[in-house]
Amino acid sequence: MTLRRLGLYSASLVIAAWVLLPILLITLAAFTPREALYTWPRQIWPDRFTLETILFFARSDGVLRSVWNSVLVAVLTIALSLLISAPTGYTLARYRFRGRDAVQLSILAVKMFPATVLSIPLAVAFIGWGLYDTLLGVAIVHTALSIPFVTAIVASVFVGIPFELEEAAMTLGASRLRAFLRVTLPMALPGLAAAAIYTFVLSWNEVFAATILTLNNRTLPALIINAVASATAPLHYRFAGGFFMVMPALVILFLIRRYLLTLWGVTVR
Amino acid sequence: MAEISLHQLRKTYGKVTAIKDLSLEIREGEFLVLLGPSGCGKTTTLRAIAGLETLDEGRILIGSRDVTPLPPGQRGIAMVFQSYAVFPHMRVYDNIVFGLRMRKLPDEEQRRRAAEAADLLQIGDLLDRYPAQLSGGQRQRVAVARAIVMRPDVLLMDEPLSNLDALLRLHMRAELKRLHRELRSTTVYVTHDQVEALSLGDRIALMKDGEIVQVDTPGAIYDRPATRFVGSFIGSPPMNFLQGTLRRRNGGLVVETAGAGIPLAAGGAPPAADGGDGSVLLGIRPEHIEALSAPAAGSVAARVVVLEPIGPQNLLTVQVGSELLKVTAPADFQADAGEQVWLRLDPARIRLMDPQSGRALRA
Repeated sequence: MTLRRLGLYSASLVIAAWVLLPILLITLAAFTPREALYTWPRQIWPDRFTLETILFFARSDGVLRSVWNSVLVAVLTIALSLLISAPTGYTLARYRFRGRDAVQLSILAVKMFPATVLSIPLAVAFIGWGLYDTLLGVAIVHTALSIPFVTAIVASVFVGIPFELEEAAMTLGASRLRAFLRVTLPMALPGLAAAAIYTFVLSWNEVFAATILTLNNRTLPALIINAVASATAPLHYRFAGGFFMVMPALVILFLIRRYLLTLWGVTVR
Repeated sequence: MAEISLHQLRKTYGKVTAIKDLSLEIREGEFLVLLGPSGCGKTTTLRAIAGLETLDEGRILIGSRDVTPLPPGQRGIAMVFQSYAVFPHMRVYDNIVFGLRMRKLPDEEQRRRAAEAADLLQIGDLLDRYPAQLSGGQRQRVAVARAIVMRPDVLLMDEPLSNLDALLRLHMRAELKRLHRELRSTTVYVTHDQVEALSLGDRIALMKDGEIVQVDTPGAIYDRPATRFVGSFIGSPPMNFLQGTLRRRNGGLVVETAGAGIPLAAGGAPPAADGGDGSVLLGIRPEHIEALSAPAAGSVAARVVVLEPIGPQNLLTVQVGSELLKVTAPADFQADAGEQVWLRLDPARIRLMDPQSGRALRA
């Protein structure tokens, strides 16, 4: 093994450990009995595993409702962001038009703008529009956050589908729209699904906007962060909550990892 | 079946002119080949007929119907793409009947036509497969089948054979010719391969820089190229060109080149123009030059550069003055590099051209 390879492998190992170790610790703690969490010195590997920690969390006040809220917000976000990003991505992929570069740059620029600066004006505006403490309001902010990613993903999906296929459909009597619906859309579906799932993860994990913009209608991360921040939450509640937050993202990313890699320009066989 | 008229087509992309004032009449049932080097506008012309390009100017009539403003689907055309453009997410059968479904033809009719086309292209046993499970040649057959089930007035093909390997290409070329004989639909076929053009076309329209240089039967385009470009584009090896001078001698015309005077065939009409001083460009195909090992009347002295055996004959590269000529010689003709040979140019086959414009001096 060359030195270069050795360096590469150790770097990968460090990065993987940095990401995976906390997840592992949280997962272990989430299945550890409550008493064991408070003993000192604490064992890393518990004597026995239990579901009671998770169940305690799930039965806590507001948790189930906030899970439901999170799902609703995520679904709304997916719908809104695809509605906006899919046509944008298609246009960027298919047409060379004046201002195309500007559109692409502005998509990036949105990402560069710190959301923290926006939070107070946004809260004020949302109160004025009656969107404060509503799921729709949170979904709108999540949509704004996800549009850059989703547009980039969708554009790369459509770039991968030759325009000639649509042209062929048009010579066979399909209108522009029908050619898209019958030929391009079915071929783009897996990629669009990946984009949707990615949006779901993004919305599911988003804390900041959800915390600022809701009071009673908390999403799950907002609920947990609130409990943790006010220091009222017991340890086992925190670990179970962390596990709850991490799991969907982990499972989903695992399922769509092949798409993500190709989207990032890496081809894996 | 329908005839096609192209009137003064013009298409520009920014500052680049893809086609300029192109007019062409394509007859009913004809197999017309658009031939030319890459970037000559042949594909743009085809796509304009298909309705996939919007023209800056000009009108397109198919069967005396002005289709210029119509979308591709309403022009009565079907097209075979260079990449085949077979829909990867549909089975072969669904690919073939796609257009019929768009037309909302009854299922019974769809099945009947698909079976007929599949039969004609020998892909009947592939109907349940997905394109990914097909070879390039089979995919191409699917693309052709998908086009012909439409019973189009006009069949358009954009370099359909260019993605096939050499052997398969030869085979499909013959298949396409047979198909056209059976269907007799007006066909416009784009290629940059002159052999394809010569073997398939009823007529060839040779294009250069967005313009049609010559439209004629393959034989006429080969024998009587309208310009120097046509002579040098068609034929492998292409036509030879020599500088010469045209003189009147004993009531007949004699062309002098490389120190030899070649009397021209009497029957030909006198040249329309000869550049004042009588200088002309003399074009002749390699097979119309005879290589001799001894001087003869009217023969041109030359030096052998290289002799290449190419199977049925030998290809001889010789130097005349400063110019290199290609000559086909019988397979038993032998000559070493540097050896002196004499060339006899068939007077009836000499094509005189204007040295400045490159245009042929007689029709």
